Amino acid sequence: MAATPETEVVAGIRSDYKYGFHEIEDYFFKSGRGLSAELVAAISEHKNEPEWMRKFRLKSLEYFLARPMPEWGGDLSEIDFDNIFYYIRPTEKQANSWEELPPEIKDTWDKLGIPEAEKKYLAGVGAQYESEVVYHKLQEDLTEQGVIFLDMDSGLREHEELVKQYFGTIIPQNDNKFAALNSAVWSGGSFIYVPPGVKVEMPLQAYFRINAENMGQFERTLIIVDEDAYVHYVEGCTAPIYSSDSLHSAVVEIIVKPGGRCRYTTIQNWSNNVYNLVTKRAVAYENATMEWVDGNLGSKLTMKYPAIWLMGEGAHGEVLSIAFGGKGQHQDAGGKAVHIAPNTSSVITSKSISKDGGRAGYRGLLEVAKGATGAKSKVVCDALILDEDSRSDTYPYIKIDEDNVDIGHEATVSKIGEEQLFYLMSRGLSEAEASAMVVSGFVEPITKELPLEYAVEMNRLIQLQMEGSVG
Amino acid sequence: MALLELKNLHVALEDGTEIVKGVDLSVDTNQIHAIMGPNGSGKSTLAYALMGHPAYEITEGQILFDGEDVTELAADERAQRGLFLAFQYPHAIPGVTVTSFLRSALNAVRKARNGGEEDPVNIKEFRQDMLGAMEKLQVPRELAQRYLNDGFSGGEKKRVEILQMAMLKPRVAVLDETDSGLDIDALRIVASGVKELVGEETGALVITHYQRILNYVQPDFVHVFVDGRIVEEGGPELAHKLEAEGYKAFGANGAHGRSNGSNA
Repeated sequence: MAATPETEVVAGIRSDYKYGFHEIEDYFFKSGRGLSAELVAAISEHKNEPEWMRKFRLKSLEYFLARPMPEWGGDLSEIDFDNIFYYIRPTEKQANSWEELPPEIKDTWDKLGIPEAEKKYLAGVGAQYESEVVYHKLQEDLTEQGVIFLDMDSGLREHEELVKQYFGTIIPQNDNKFAALNSAVWSGGSFIYVPPGVKVEMPLQAYFRINAENMGQFERTLIIVDEDAYVHYVEGCTAPIYSSDSLHSAVVEIIVKPGGRCRYTTIQNWSNNVYNLVTKRAVAYENATMEWVDGNLGSKLTMKYPAIWLMGEGAHGEVLSIAFGGKGQHQDAGGKAVHIAPNTSSVITSKSISKDGGRAGYRGLLEVAKGATGAKSKVVCDALILDEDSRSDTYPYIKIDEDNVDIGHEATVSKIGEEQLFYLMSRGLSEAEASAMVVSGFVEPITKELPLEYAVEMNRLIQLQMEGSVG
Repeated sequence: MALLELKNLHVALEDGTEIVKGVDLSVDTNQIHAIMGPNGSGKSTLAYALMGHPAYEITEGQILFDGEDVTELAADERAQRGLFLAFQYPHAIPGVTVTSFLRSALNAVRKARNGGEEDPVNIKEFRQDMLGAMEKLQVPRELAQRYLNDGFSGGEKKRVEILQMAMLKPRVAVLDETDSGLDIDALRIVASGVKELVGEETGALVITHYQRILNYVQPDFVHVFVDGRIVEEGGPELAHKLEAEGYKAFGANGAHGRSNGSNA
């Protein structure tokens, strides 16, 4: 197969990132660069928050400043915390029809196809632009059934007691440096409550968009799924291509009560100048099910390991992770399952793909605490490396403090073989099409779990990642 | 001029070892050719080189397809022009179903033939065609939703190769030892697939070690292939002569090159 000239390869990289556009900034409020106690207090004041939240933020800032930068995972040394805009409020008010939005913001969502998706297959949509959720809507019948789907700020205003009861309990403010940062400057994100027995059949979706250069987006999500209830929450993320970096650092806390089920799907497609450092953790009580479906295709560096604490007997957790590391990208993805209660089960399936010198890997934790008898867990990590310059790493930490358990771990590393490509090309597929087909097949065990629209989107993004690199 | 013409074709491995040492061969529409040769004679190398395998270098000579020199073209471009190779050892593509693979391949060929513009096959028609072809070739329906060649038995793989051939409707089909490891029933089905394909628009080249498949696919021409060269040519009677006398009568000592088993 003919080698593609170097220049062509370079020109092709991410030239097909179709979300790389940005809109002119005409914002209601934009903070200066950098972080200080004054800024944190100002954010809280601007949002008119209760005193306990203001204190929580300021305390979190202390934790953030006191904690050293993590020295594992990816290279964080280039993040310049003084150069980041921590809070931008694009509009004065939140809209609940797309038409109410300023044209340049509406234009963004139109380009991303969100209003169209809402009409077709979503039960509710939240759309966050910079720091604030600018659009929010939930189907009326769900409101009538007591489902709450709000942006986090409105959640705090309208359901303060519920928020206060759970906020920061699953991921403490001092959990890690970036959770502390989020706890200090959080803005936006989703607040969801599903009452007992209510099953939300169609997904709720949140869409996160960074528009400004050097923006820091710190959304905060809290989901409470009550007994025997069900919800599927989907998030998507994009950003413009800038020459300097932006930071996205979210915290997501989920509580799944007995018999409940929550599925949380992420299709992360940040542009290649975004640091994506996210803490996600769920607790699942008796016979509850928590599923993380985590697709990481974009960003410069992602460090994210969705976790499930299996707190009640019979609880089940699943993490399905896809990480695609292209040129200049490092995906340090994975998952954690912590078995606290007896007869709990977990499955972690990780598929990582690296190409054009990119890095993608699996970092995971499987822990079985003393007393979690009969725990079952299976961890499968498969890596596909597309060329000699790319890299895959697997760090499967396992800690078992109980004897009566059933634990399985498998890991494979493969390369696309010349023979496999030749076979496909002999049927008329181009080299790029053939490679994309092998990659799509590789991640199929995960994409088949997605609703059709998202499976199509995921395959399309993989196709785009594959193009421009092979000729 | 015949549809497929090989002119003084020489093929070498990446280390320079010459395997095919000057082959002249013409395959036209309405013709079935058989290349018969012992293990290690270079038959599979010839098949791969014909299809454009990057590890086999054409060091001398030419491949003409429909009058066009395709010697330098990649495998996909040859396939788009109507060349097909049924593999001796088809590769598994986990996660890609037979159906979705066939549709992608068909669409890739249609796109190429439509001047590079997408021309996707109608899904309903495609499904009908596929189910019809599967029935004819006695491919179990459940295979359509299985991942291509993933965990297939030897016989299933070969039938799916013929299914691909039937769906892609090539102009010249090359079958590389498709008969090896097949029972009589499967052999009969493969043969019927070839016979159905060959006609006004299409010719076939059947590469084999044994005369057995030729009982079911009557070749018009037989070429005896020994040590990288065609050493004798004739009609169907030549196959019977081979069966009776063995390759030794044609100068084979069985120790040339690599065995078929290792160069897949």
